[in-house]
Amino acid sequence: MKAKSSNQALEKVIHGIFLILGLISVGCVLLISVYLIVAGLPAIREIGLFEFLLGTRWASTAAEPSYGILPFILTSVYGTAGAILLGVPIGFLSAVYIAKLASPRARAVIEPAIGLLSGIPSVVYGLVGMMALVPAIRKVFDVPDGASLLAAIIVLAVIILPSIIKVSVTALRAVPKEYEDASLALGATPVETYFRVSVPAAKSGIAAAVVLGVGRAIGEAMAVMMVAGNVANMPSLFESVRFLTTAVASEMSYSSGLQRQALFSIALVLFLFIMLINATLNLFLKKGGKEGND
Amino acid sequence: MTENNSSVSAKRRTYALIMKALMWLALFISCSLVAFLAVYVLARGLPNISWELLSTKPSYLRETIGILPDILNTLYILIATLAVVLPLGVGAAVYLNEYAKNKRLVAAIEYASETLSGIPSIIYGLVGMLFFCQFLGMRTSLLAGALTLVVMNLPTVIRTTQESLKTVPQSFREGAFALGAGRWRVIRTVVLPSSVDGIVTGCILSVGRIIGESAALLFTAGFAHALNGFFEGLSSSGATLTVALYVYAKEQGEFGVAFAIAAILMLLTLIINLSADLAGRYFKRRRDT
Repeated sequence: MKAKSSNQALEKVIHGIFLILGLISVGCVLLISVYLIVAGLPAIREIGLFEFLLGTRWASTAAEPSYGILPFILTSVYGTAGAILLGVPIGFLSAVYIAKLASPRARAVIEPAIGLLSGIPSVVYGLVGMMALVPAIRKVFDVPDGASLLAAIIVLAVIILPSIIKVSVTALRAVPKEYEDASLALGATPVETYFRVSVPAAKSGIAAAVVLGVGRAIGEAMAVMMVAGNVANMPSLFESVRFLTTAVASEMSYSSGLQRQALFSIALVLFLFIMLINATLNLFLKKGGKEGND
Repeated sequence: MTENNSSVSAKRRTYALIMKALMWLALFISCSLVAFLAVYVLARGLPNISWELLSTKPSYLRETIGILPDILNTLYILIATLAVVLPLGVGAAVYLNEYAKNKRLVAAIEYASETLSGIPSIIYGLVGMLFFCQFLGMRTSLLAGALTLVVMNLPTVIRTTQESLKTVPQSFREGAFALGAGRWRVIRTVVLPSSVDGIVTGCILSVGRIIGESAALLFTAGFAHALNGFFEGLSSSGATLTVALYVYAKEQGEFGVAFAIAAILMLLTLIINLSADLAGRYFKRRRDT
């Protein structure tokens, strides 16, 4: 009897330990949110919300400092949009080929290659961008400096490519074979079947892939820092620009006072963007799950 | 087949042709990107790798650069992060799958874990700096960097472990319960051993992410290139390979060293991907037989 009750006590303790381990991730999210809000709000309050978000001049170290982050917000939005415009068509079409047309032998080569692409650290992309892409842009477009929004867009497109391909391939493979068979039996050609039956059936998964790409592109810091030139200009394709992420990273090490607080505020804005994107992603994933069950 | 084709109108045949050509083009771009990156990085990096580079630390007197400290720092951070994140992540997954009955709590934990996996690394770096380095007083150190990476990798370990816990047949648990085993004993002797594959997969994925991470380490682990032992290293600032690459390329203009590190990182990525693949195949075969 005694042994049993000590056993029960042990089980309770262990249950408690696992409960705590389970709650750690919730704690981390709360901690991150609270820290960003507490660290980010003071500067916004001091600068003024509209001046901070809509101000077009960022001069944190000038004699009369100005803290407008509209250039960073627009650069992040344009940069991400550009990367999506460039990366999604390539990724999507590659994914249809890999999922539907490729022979098993071709897949055995292509898929590890895409896996390698997704595993390469972002600083390596940054280095290659800096040494190969930036000089190429300078030469081809005859601009004084190739470190520009365009370079960042191309590097970001390459970085999001593998995740777009992987998620789309998974979604396309999950389409029930009966759908495709029915379409083929009705006389549609294979290509018509893939694009008019399989792709619409997998659209939630593909949408999720795009949103995931948006999240990765807007959050990328190091690769962008190495190719975008890092000057706080309003975005323009051949101009040196600064993203939300790089704005935080580039001044953090020497910042102090209001400047430092403003950097936390930028991080808070970035965090809000990401939360919005995550919410969208969850929406698509849930919808995809429901479609799969029907 | 030819008969079938001729019954399809010219318009539809052109559509098929154009779409096929576009797919070929897209795939060609994707694959040549991989080939270009691999060849370019290895061609510019491998010639710069020498024994001296790998086995020394940077010396201002002799004006030489060595990346041994960065290699060791990467290794220390890897060990420290995995040592913390594996128990935490596996524990959380066990709780979600074996203990939790409250659906709301499970949903909250899973939502939190998804949120964590979407947060950009620069934000981890910032909060890691505020919390570990400043609030907990660890200063800029490998330990603070490792703990930041623990939070980053937690979702990966939780997800892969959970996936494999779900594949452990319910009858295994019921059999053990019927023999009189308590819940903890069932987890320890039946459930965990059967879900080793998910834990190993999560471990390999985390290794890849830890080796490749840089933005989160910039402000938490710092840039120093000092040669330290494990425990001494954890309490002092140090650059990992990725951070060292960034500093050498962007701030010191030492492109040869940067490419050498890039080539090493590329080879490591290749090895990690291959071992993930091999592990997956091994566990699949073991499960099938």
